[in-house]
Amino acid sequence: MAAVTPTAVPVTAAPLPVAGGGWGRRVVLLVAAVYFLVPMVIAATFTVYNEAQGFSLGAYGRILSAPGFVSSFLLSLALAAATIVIVLVLLLPAMLAVRLGAPGLRPVLETITTLPLIVPPITYVVGISTSLREGADALAATPFWQTLISLQDENFPFVLVLAYVVLALPFAYRSLDAGLRAIDVVTLVEAARNLGASWPQVMLRVIMPNLRSSLAGAAFLTLALVLGEYTVAALLGYQTFPVWIVTISGSDGQLSVALSILSLLLAWLLLLTLSRAGRKKS
Amino acid sequence: MTERKARRTWGKGWGPAVPLLLVVAIAFGIPAVMLAAGAFTEKGAPGEPSSYGFANLAASLREPYLGTLLSSVQLSAVVAVGGALTGTFLAHAVLTSKSAMLREAVLSVSGVLANFGGVPLAFIWIATLGNSGVVTVGLGLGSGLLYNFWGLAMVYLYFSIPLMVLVIAPALEGLRPQWREAALNSGATTWQFWRLVGIPVLAPALLGGVVLLFGGAFAAYATAAAMVGASVPLVTLQIADALTGNVLVGFENVALALSLDMIVIALLVMAVYLPLQRRSSRWLR
Repeated sequence: MAAVTPTAVPVTAAPLPVAGGGWGRRVVLLVAAVYFLVPMVIAATFTVYNEAQGFSLGAYGRILSAPGFVSSFLLSLALAAATIVIVLVLLLPAMLAVRLGAPGLRPVLETITTLPLIVPPITYVVGISTSLREGADALAATPFWQTLISLQDENFPFVLVLAYVVLALPFAYRSLDAGLRAIDVVTLVEAARNLGASWPQVMLRVIMPNLRSSLAGAAFLTLALVLGEYTVAALLGYQTFPVWIVTISGSDGQLSVALSILSLLLAWLLLLTLSRAGRKKS
Repeated sequence: MTERKARRTWGKGWGPAVPLLLVVAIAFGIPAVMLAAGAFTEKGAPGEPSSYGFANLAASLREPYLGTLLSSVQLSAVVAVGGALTGTFLAHAVLTSKSAMLREAVLSVSGVLANFGGVPLAFIWIATLGNSGVVTVGLGLGSGLLYNFWGLAMVYLYFSIPLMVLVIAPALEGLRPQWREAALNSGATTWQFWRLVGIPVLAPALLGGVVLLFGGAFAAYATAAAMVGASVPLVTLQIADALTGNVLVGFENVALALSLDMIVIALLVMAVYLPLQRRSSRWLR
């Protein structure tokens, strides 16, 4: 599951009415604390302690030198960077168009940014791999065959970028939508255009600076999605970071648990940064 | 003439969206069409052309495939109902607490854990309760604890309960203290308040949460795949096996049909969710 759910839950000041004497509440909180904390704590201990060596941070020290870590992590980062750029470049003009005279476009955008949430990722991979296979047969005699092959280049599989762009659309769309809601796009664009700004200038010097925090939000959510995505990459046969974690777990269980904990912390940091940025604005 | 005019107004200002629509058509449209076409294609004998029909879909709804589909639905249903109830109790316990810090902490942790699916989740649990996990060995619990239906449900609840907390918290906060006071002052018991006011107000959000949790558990693949050795037959694992060539030749198209079954189930579930979400959003104001 690579879904990323927005975390903005308003916290009201007044507590809800208390039911009963509070014993039930304490039991619920205790059980929840045990269920959620115990695996985390035990997994963390597992990475730094074992019977043979006692306490050691070796598992974390081994990460950088582990075979395949650097290449798979760099691949995931490169895929994330490409996905972020493409998602923003495609989505921002379309979302501006909705506000600048094509309101009929809105339901279309809503639909294409909802479908990837509904369709299970594994069925999406099945569709992609069928398309690639049939496409290779159909295009064998044409110059497009070469395009199809380079899409699947192992060093930088652009087919994954395309898939991630689709999967990231829902999150990027919602983040940008919140940002665009807060500014008066029509007035800003008209003012800039009347003062003689070209369209690229409008985008780069008027719209984007005003959307800084929601652009960052869209980028963060996309980054988190790409760094954690397993299903598509694994089934298309590419060694991205999550796929590599599973591969390495066969030979070094401690290392894979250490990486799992680190990726949880990373997700935590990303989301904290996001909610901080969101709170500062409001 | 009218057609041309209609097209012009329809397309007015759509220019900036063309690249996006084009990329979505290629990256999402083509796979969707190929999936659907493949699901209805019956491969002929070698050298013979294939034909269209319902044989794959029919096969995907027979054993052994039907079993995996049902077992996935069962697991998702258990996780959805269990997660929704636990998540609601947890959210209520946290929101009624006097400590604002506890509330803040639980909601922020829920935000992280709700997204904590996939591979890392599997490894955290394997380290704890796997065959050579710390708790398993320490307490001498025996192997296979994690690798059955209930083990998998327990792992899935780890991201489902926090998701439910996030979904239900706004609705719980929408329950005004005044309503309860009004009910109690009019002579209602606590139970009557919940039965006649609380639960009806929460119902859309509750059902919406159940649906959302079902969808998440139903589509989950990475966690189950990383827990190698799990003996639970799941439709996602079955499809992945077919895709990576772990099955008899010629069954790829049954995998396509199974995928189509999954999409239909997911769409049905969403068809329940969207109107519910609209109803529950009334209470969020």
